[in-house]
Amino acid sequence: MSDQRTAPKERPVPPVVVGLAWLWVVIPFGYGLWALLQKIPALFG
Amino acid sequence: MPIRWLEREQIVARAGWTRWLVPPAALSIHLSIGQAYGWSVFKPALEHGLGVSELESALPFTVAIIMLGLSAALFGTRVDTRGPRWAMVMSSGCFLAGFLITALGLFTRQYWMVVLGYGVVFGIALGIGYISPVSTLMKWFPDRPGLATGIAIMGFGGGALIAAPLSQALLVAFGGQYTAPDEANGIAEHIPDPNGIGLTFLVLGVSYSVLMMMGWLLIRVPAAGWKPNGWEPSQAKTHGLITTRNVSAKNAIKTPQFWLLWVVLCFNVTAGIGILEKASPIFQEYFPGTTGLAAAAAGFVAILSLANSIGRLGWSTLSDTLGRKNMYRLYLGVGALLYLAIVVIGDGNKPLFLICTIVIISFYGAGFATVPAYLRDLFGTYQVGAIHGRLLTAWSTAGVLGPLIVNAITESQHKTGLVGPAAFRPAFLVMIALLVVGFVCNELIRPVNSRFQEPVPAAEAAPGEEDDVAEVAR
Repeated sequence: MSDQRTAPKERPVPPVVVGLAWLWVVIPFGYGLWALLQKIPALFG
Repeated sequence: MPIRWLEREQIVARAGWTRWLVPPAALSIHLSIGQAYGWSVFKPALEHGLGVSELESALPFTVAIIMLGLSAALFGTRVDTRGPRWAMVMSSGCFLAGFLITALGLFTRQYWMVVLGYGVVFGIALGIGYISPVSTLMKWFPDRPGLATGIAIMGFGGGALIAAPLSQALLVAFGGQYTAPDEANGIAEHIPDPNGIGLTFLVLGVSYSVLMMMGWLLIRVPAAGWKPNGWEPSQAKTHGLITTRNVSAKNAIKTPQFWLLWVVLCFNVTAGIGILEKASPIFQEYFPGTTGLAAAAAGFVAILSLANSIGRLGWSTLSDTLGRKNMYRLYLGVGALLYLAIVVIGDGNKPLFLICTIVIISFYGAGFATVPAYLRDLFGTYQVGAIHGRLLTAWSTAGVLGPLIVNAITESQHKTGLVGPAAFRPAFLVMIALLVVGFVCNELIRPVNSRFQEPVPAAEAAPGEEDDVAEVAR
């Protein structure tokens, strides 16, 4: 009984939250990367 | 009076929390403070909009890098004590305040406010915001510290990728951009409106604050005794330089290892700045016959930015396998050889020149990303954030030293009539010498003497417990 009271109940984070958190940073980074990649062809043109 | 919600004990992860939420939280801070690398976009706008000199337009960035090192060193212990949410909120607050002061300075044409806002206040945001996500990630990833620090510090390099095009787009939208006259193509000169530059800073300050918000909302510290599934602390490498003992920040700066690493970081950064600082003019002087020279030089700068960012994650992750000391042998030793190759080949082989410069800049970024894990190997995780903060004074020094060396030498060469590879050769030779000194310092690094290590209660703490032990120790 006491084990049940004291053991912390595991509440996994929903995968969608993890996905949204990554999107929050990947989207601006992707924008920057896209803008940068557009400049590179001129180097070899 | 402390705000409880910000304190470390309020953000201890509950059971079931996933450590994969911590990298995006750290990245949201580092991608934002990495805005500093995008400063060059504002230089022409300030020079023509406010009539300041080239030196004055560089001043806010230089002051910000100095403040980064100073604030990281001064507040490092407090950041470790109060926890990452406190640090991230303070960093976000200073970021917003700094940009608002900068905007106000531009609206009122007071350049000293730009230096105060961007240089001093935003510089403090850099120092406080830089170290906390790194040390937190290392506690969540005791099995992959190189990967963890690489992720965060790649974000700082990646900040420039976002900041440069975003700032440019906002400057154009608000009339704050400078356009040079081009009679051949019928382009008239556009003098920037300082209010437009101010509006750009206003919008950037608010936008970045929103981006950073996710970081301080999601950040957690591992609970006492937490460890990754399937990983045992006993599996951690303990041979060679890697210790399971801990050294306090106060003691760390008394060790020769700290100062040897300080020189290693300082010279590795200085050598990287040697190319980064003058990437566009270097390319234009080496290959003046290139079609669409200005666009090609912009492409060169872009590919170096990419190498800087990717090098942070790639090489730092590899350091988990090859070891930190070996990685710095690579950065400094191979870096010196690549510089030598550039000196020898000059403008004779463009592909080889590109490969050499790209790899050198990837080593520059990697030097930043691998150093927190190197500190963890030498001093343990007990106060690694505070120790990292003190080490960042090496970056501040290099931030002043690098441009000073490169600009002074190349300018004197240009004055004697030399152009092209010959003008840059002496500066590159200085960089080789610095890299060799850094290489020797890295070779001299040995395990830390046990007299500097903390007593057993702190030293025996498992990953995640160090924070609690640190609290008790204080």
